[in-house]
Amino acid sequence: MSTTLQRPPADVSTKAVASDRSKAENRLGLKLVAPAVVMMLLVTAWPMGQALYLSLFRYRLTAPDDREFIGIDNYVTVLTDSLFWQDTWNTVLIMVVTVAVELVIGFAFAMVMHRIIFARGLMRTSILIPYGIITVVSAFAWQFAFSLNNGFVNAWFSWLPWIAEDTNWFGDHWHAMFAIMVSEIWKTTPFMALLLLAGLSQVSEDMLEAAQVDGATWWQRLWKVILPNMRAAIMVAVLFRALDAYRIFDNIYIMTRGAQDTESISFLTYRQVIEQMQLGLGSALSVLLFLSVLLLAWLIVKLFRVDLASARGEG
Amino acid sequence: MKGKNAIGTWVGFLLILLWCLFPVAWIISLSFKSVNETAVGSPQFLPKDATFENYKALWDWPFIGPDPTGVEQDFQKALLNSFGISIIATVLSVILATLAAYAIARLEFKGKRLVLSLALAIAMFPVVALVGPLFDLWTRFGLFNTWPGLIIPYMSFTLPLAIWTLSAFFREIPWEMEQAAQVDGATSWQAFRKVIVPLAAPGVFTAAILTFFFAWNEFVLAISLTSTTASRTVPAQMSFFVGPDPFNPPYAQLATASVIVTLPVIIIVLLFQRKIVAGLTSGAVKG
Repeated sequence: MSTTLQRPPADVSTKAVASDRSKAENRLGLKLVAPAVVMMLLVTAWPMGQALYLSLFRYRLTAPDDREFIGIDNYVTVLTDSLFWQDTWNTVLIMVVTVAVELVIGFAFAMVMHRIIFARGLMRTSILIPYGIITVVSAFAWQFAFSLNNGFVNAWFSWLPWIAEDTNWFGDHWHAMFAIMVSEIWKTTPFMALLLLAGLSQVSEDMLEAAQVDGATWWQRLWKVILPNMRAAIMVAVLFRALDAYRIFDNIYIMTRGAQDTESISFLTYRQVIEQMQLGLGSALSVLLFLSVLLLAWLIVKLFRVDLASARGEG
Repeated sequence: MKGKNAIGTWVGFLLILLWCLFPVAWIISLSFKSVNETAVGSPQFLPKDATFENYKALWDWPFIGPDPTGVEQDFQKALLNSFGISIIATVLSVILATLAAYAIARLEFKGKRLVLSLALAIAMFPVVALVGPLFDLWTRFGLFNTWPGLIIPYMSFTLPLAIWTLSAFFREIPWEMEQAAQVDGATSWQAFRKVIVPLAAPGVFTAAILTFFFAWNEFVLAISLTSTTASRTVPAQMSFFVGPDPFNPPYAQLATASVIVTLPVIIIVLLFQRKIVAGLTSGAVKG
């Protein structure tokens, strides 16, 4: 009783100090954050502004003197080119398929890791290996696995009706896309599984037990208790992975170099800028790529109502 | 019911191990196949005659095979570039991120949400979109094909991950300790240095591992902003290694390079698996 009576005056006195202090705190906060913010903007905002500017010019690095202001012509060229739309479609397809597959497999992995009571260290170590491995290495490993002369896939799976001893996995569009997606899925499923595992561990055991006592089947518990309660984690995982998959580049570069129409939008941009030295046209592509990523992020956040703050326990 | 679950978990456990380790076993096996064996075609999983020749070739001599640009190719040099660039970028990035994350987790200041949103936006930024303008700027500033030319963008792109991971860690540190230090007469800065830093060290270390992985893995900028082994990192070097016959990639040597460049990852994972998992999940979902 006496402590509650003494508290109000104590609060008043700290408030007076706090206002002075909060100013200092504000200043210190800004000072501490400034270097990181400057660094982040230096390599993103500035070059992006540069790209916006260059995208209005006909500008080839091989002929820098022919630089000419052409307004939005580069954008018109890009948006009316069927290659751009083909590559966008490839990118979206890869994103949707890989994220969907990863979500299912990742969830299964997370369930196993959540339940397991033995060899947790071994499990964690193995699941982190695909996560930590270089994407280029993953691409090479799968390229070789699918290789016609040196791969084991054809030899091992030729009993499947659609795989023959001489299936050329990089000889046509769909086979090549399949191989690219396998490499992407293999490498990134562990990341998905770990995010989902964190979400799974937040589902209260009491609730699950209560549902079980009430006679809910395993399937009902999954759909009615587990999944709704880890919605935030699922959405964050989908958001991160979808945006990552949309930027797919490494696997395509190594496995096909865009052959068989397997180009992604990132690969197209790279090819225009670095191989063709078309800085003007390439910059227009960069701007469009940036805008499409923004749009995608906005769509996912709006569509699934992802609340990043509450997912982190800030809300 | 209980028994069935246990069997399911066991099967799942084995499937996960198979999923994660099988492709690794495949490149290791491939790295022991001789060049002749892969040239003829060797679809079986294990080598017919295991040999160390690829490892010797890779180590002793510059990356075998003609270089399309006529520049000497050297695997050891690329490995040195990879280590140097990744480690420097990691250290610098983690220092800046630690300062920022401390402010975000512990101090009240205007624009805090803005900083977090900016970090998130940059984490989602399509790196390829920067290749053109950065190429242009870097050639003008003489940063093209240099270590700083890669270190600077690597810092920018690892800062978001580091800031998010660290601010999540810092939130778990007991406030009272810092206040106690301040009551005892320490300034905000002293409280940070003397009290928080030792408590925060594990989190900082975790952020450093994740940052290192990013830099070690990075490919787009590594092939775009470099032209010789002066700064080319291993992933870039590997992608340029086509060997004498473009229609018959040098499987065994590439597999060998893959194994070597994966070793540091495996060692880090073996030593710090618990920390990495905590860091990965705390950044996105508070576990």
